[in-house]
Amino acid sequence: MDRNPETDVYSTEERSDRETTDATDTTARADESETVPGTEPTAESGSAAAELEYGYDSDTDANSGPESDSDSNPSPVSTADTGQNPTPDPETVTFGWEGVRTGFLTCLPVALGVGGYGIAFGVLASQAGLSVAEAALMSATVVAGASQIVAIELWADPIPIAAVLVTTFAINLRYSLMGAALQPWFKHLSPAKVYGSLFVMADENWALTMRNLRSGAGYGAFLLGSGFAVWLFWVGATVIGAVAGGVVGDPTEYGFDFILAAVFLALAAELWEGKSSLVPWTVALAVAIVAAELVPGRWYILLGGLAAAAVEVIRYDQ
Amino acid sequence: MISDALSLDPLVVGVVLAMAAVTVLTKVGGIWIVRRFELSERLEAGLNVLPGAIVIAVLGPELVNGGPAEWGAAVVVLVVMWRTESILLALCAGVLSVVGFRALL
Repeated sequence: MDRNPETDVYSTEERSDRETTDATDTTARADESETVPGTEPTAESGSAAAELEYGYDSDTDANSGPESDSDSNPSPVSTADTGQNPTPDPETVTFGWEGVRTGFLTCLPVALGVGGYGIAFGVLASQAGLSVAEAALMSATVVAGASQIVAIELWADPIPIAAVLVTTFAINLRYSLMGAALQPWFKHLSPAKVYGSLFVMADENWALTMRNLRSGAGYGAFLLGSGFAVWLFWVGATVIGAVAGGVVGDPTEYGFDFILAAVFLALAAELWEGKSSLVPWTVALAVAIVAAELVPGRWYILLGGLAAAAVEVIRYDQ
Repeated sequence: MISDALSLDPLVVGVVLAMAAVTVLTKVGGIWIVRRFELSERLEAGLNVLPGAIVIAVLGPELVNGGPAEWGAAVVVLVVMWRTESILLALCAGVLSVVGFRALL
């Protein structure tokens, strides 16, 4: 987890020298690049791709990216490869056991915090009249904390089915946007891998996955591994909370409630790309804050994200 | 109300599974759409700003609703992240400082 940017960058350069002579994958990728609208080739392309190639035998680099020393824009869109240029597509992402493992281990400390919330959810669920098995079933199949807690708050006898389902949909619609944001890295993965991984996507592990993919580590299975860590702690903690009933106190006492904000702050620090981020981020911030005041639920996340994307689409010219 | 920890009421199970189905739809819906349709460069440019924009949209109201303790801890996270680039250190520092600031403030 702790990374040393200097060492990483050095070793990455060393690798890219070796990798440029390996043309095996390059030719295959050159074909694919036709379907990808090219944007500015970035200086990091070669080294980022080299990092991918070595992803399997190095876990120390899992979270570090070659662009950590640079302010330039590491566009998630593929570089325009003519076929003459041996630079491999930096977005060719692998999907394997190493990615699952890295995702799982990276997410463990965060999943521990998720567990704090799982206990709170289990307590609430048992107070609302759900059995331990029913609470565990909800955590295991829905895997979306905020919507589960709100659903439990709505829970009554008889169950207000329509209200529960509509609220669940509204709270979770932000995941559509989060999933869509992964597409630049997931475009070459099979539907089964993509949709299977998305089942365990939660806010926390989405953030960690974005971070890992942007670093160029190329672990397509990172979302699955980190999601499994979240799932395990979420379901386990739900059971503990539901069994313990009212014994356990408030997660804010241990600062667990701040973990989500902290993960997102850390991610924001890394996503900042200088001037080009200023306009979309300001739009997202303003729209989200206003929408949070005016619109119930979690629509503000969706509205903030969409407004920023819309402004960028309008501003786009090349 | 809870007769047995392992009891599964068919109606409750039905509602839970319907919630799960709705949630899966929201999780896969967005990427299903962008995978199915060819996107213009213009739209991809919009898609590229989504990660940062979503992060900010989550954070903004969260921090606005917080108090001095959360704001102080937010600064700690950013500073630790900027100096060390270690997310684990940043998280630990953030959680410890939020607990500390809440005790002090």
